[in-house]
Amino acid sequence: MSFVFLTTDILLFLLIAILLVYGIYALRHEHLFRPWKQVVSRPFSMCAVVVLSFYFLIAILDSVHFHPTIESSSGNDVQHSTRITSVLDLVLDAIIAGTEKTYSAPFSIYAFAKETLVDEDGYMVREYPRLKHAGSHLPEPASRLDDILNRSVVGIGKGLIGWIFFCAIIIFMMSRIQKLAIRGIVKKIIRGQSSLSWRTFFLSFGIIFVLVGIGLQLCPHYHVLGTDQVGNDILYQSLKSARTGLIIGTLTTLVMLPFAVIFGVSAGYFGGWVDDSIQYMYTTLSSIPSVLLIAASALMLDVYLANHSEMFVSVTARADLRLLCLCLILGVTTWTGLCRYLRAETLKLRESAYIDASRAFGAVPWTTIWKHVVPNVMHIVTISIVLDFSGLVLAEAALSYLNIGVDPSMESWGNMINGARLELAREPVVWWSLFAAFIFMFVLVLAANIFADAVRDAFDPRLRELN
Amino acid sequence: MSDYLLRRLLYAFPILLGVNIITFFLFFVVNSPDDMARIHLGNKYVTTDAIEKWKGERGYDRPLFYNSEKQGRGKLLDTIFYTKTVKLFVFDFGQSDSGRDIGYDISQRMWPSLMITLPILILGLFLTISLALAVAFFRATYLDTFAVIMCVCMMSVSGLFYIIGGQYLFSKLLKIVPISGFDDGFLAIKFLILPVVVGVVGGLGSGTRWYRTIFLEEVNQDYVRTARSKGLSEKVVFYVHVLRNGMIPILTGVVALLPSLFLGSLITEAFFGIPGLGSYTIEAIQSQDFSIVRAMVFLGSALYILGLVLTDISYTFVDPRISLR
Repeated sequence: MSFVFLTTDILLFLLIAILLVYGIYALRHEHLFRPWKQVVSRPFSMCAVVVLSFYFLIAILDSVHFHPTIESSSGNDVQHSTRITSVLDLVLDAIIAGTEKTYSAPFSIYAFAKETLVDEDGYMVREYPRLKHAGSHLPEPASRLDDILNRSVVGIGKGLIGWIFFCAIIIFMMSRIQKLAIRGIVKKIIRGQSSLSWRTFFLSFGIIFVLVGIGLQLCPHYHVLGTDQVGNDILYQSLKSARTGLIIGTLTTLVMLPFAVIFGVSAGYFGGWVDDSIQYMYTTLSSIPSVLLIAASALMLDVYLANHSEMFVSVTARADLRLLCLCLILGVTTWTGLCRYLRAETLKLRESAYIDASRAFGAVPWTTIWKHVVPNVMHIVTISIVLDFSGLVLAEAALSYLNIGVDPSMESWGNMINGARLELAREPVVWWSLFAAFIFMFVLVLAANIFADAVRDAFDPRLRELN
Repeated sequence: MSDYLLRRLLYAFPILLGVNIITFFLFFVVNSPDDMARIHLGNKYVTTDAIEKWKGERGYDRPLFYNSEKQGRGKLLDTIFYTKTVKLFVFDFGQSDSGRDIGYDISQRMWPSLMITLPILILGLFLTISLALAVAFFRATYLDTFAVIMCVCMMSVSGLFYIIGGQYLFSKLLKIVPISGFDDGFLAIKFLILPVVVGVVGGLGSGTRWYRTIFLEEVNQDYVRTARSKGLSEKVVFYVHVLRNGMIPILTGVVALLPSLFLGSLITEAFFGIPGLGSYTIEAIQSQDFSIVRAMVFLGSALYILGLVLTDISYTFVDPRISLR
């Protein structure tokens, strides 16, 4: 294995590093720690946090890329494939049934289209052929339902066992840290008396464990969410798409944040011509309807990539660069809002006594800004990062549908919808691709919305305008 | 007032100039006209003659900013910047890359867009305000909680699924309205119903939740307490006092959107095959027609700035304390 670091991978890991540093810093500072504690004390948002971290786990697994090793017949030298795969691919390849010829419905063991087959007596018949992978272990087709039920029950059982182990480990660690008896902690959690909503935490994980357990039992033998036109498993695609959605939702904010903070704060702090020119800049940018600006930029990006195709070593690298550019373009259209709020807040802060005091002590402007202004506008930054997330995930789908989003070769929910929307006209309807994209997006965006509401209420309940 | 308007128009000029510089940079500096020609002519095996011919036909063969071969004013005027960008200021959009008159196309295609966006705005506003008022009336009850949860769920569904779901349900299963298409005059109505319904339903979640917070903020104001203490019934307090005061931020917010209604919606028009400005933009993107995209960007930002001016004016109408000077 030789590891490959795509640009978005590096940025995603950078983001995680920043979050870790912030987390450690926040743990030591009560005023930063308390709002987050308030966020996870609500059952709804605790559930959202668990769901979001599950999505992030998938995205992180999908961000560790490498060239797989090829078994070489000659000698002992190690050779690497030119294909780029991720850890998630490895995991999913092991547990998800292989590629079929064309469409097949969820849990079906027959293909969607009839083919000419030769039956036992040597006659040619038009029949739905059995799938290559799904249900191939069944001796006869009639036992399919029993088999699915059996496997589900076993899956639920295994999931529950895993969940109990998980709970036991966490509760054991809690009792060690808090120095309390395990019995007391369990009682408190079950009655919902703990300060954080641990009960919801464990219940949410319970659901995830059961779902994963069922998935592990069923996926190797059935296409749980069906297959698409070229026979790829839909569940596989939906899980791979999580990375695209999360990258768009997080990296867009990461790349625009430095500009928004620096420009917004300095416009408010310095005033005068600095303020005028920064205001002019963001008014101009925000006056262009964002979808038109994105369309124009994406069009130009297409032309640029087409004329510089020699720059890229692989399709994956090209798709990755395009994803990053999409983040940049979306970032250009979203930073103006945050910049405006930061400017307004800094204008208010500038008049406060502690800023005067800092100036009176002779601090240079940037020291005052860094030490006194920025920490006091960070709550706005936090809220807007979280609020923007769900909108960006939804925007990705819409843009990919218009062909100005991510690269068509990249798995994303938008591309799934785009590929499947015409299939509703078929008879019988091919609904599973859309259904899968809908469920995966809905759960992510719903969790993000609930989380964002909780974060806003915890950090600044009066800030309704940022919505 | 007229002084104010004049000044606002003068402010608008540098912003539009900035927009034009951005688009100019995007369309002519990031990629040279040669690059565009190569894309249009099919990338491989393109001769220099073919590129020059393509550029000549569309007027891209001039220098970008400064034409040293010409005399006098021609040095500045016979450039791409002047012919393609500065002329937009007088709404002279010129010809598209495929040779059509963009100004004429826009004047034809803005009306179908308006036929979709205006009913969505009016119906949506009426429905969301009624719902939000009802939810605010039952504040802090289970009904309120249920409504807020419903709103958050509706907000979390991508707009694409409202359209796909609507088309599947009403056109494919129930066969009430056609899936997509357009017709002249009154015959267009049957094509308009579904996009309008889908547009209204799609905006219901976020709209209701947003207006609910506005109304709830009004409910806690002093004048509401005064009205109650006068002995007015809760209904009168809501429909007369709270509604009227809550309408101020709502209506002024809507006024800002009014001019942009002409632009239509890219997604809706693409799905329903409506020949408005939204689908015009998409066709331009797909056929890589740079002139049309440039014209649409300019038009979009001009309409946005118009919306800002209209918002300021509307404040003076609804709130007599504000005067524009």
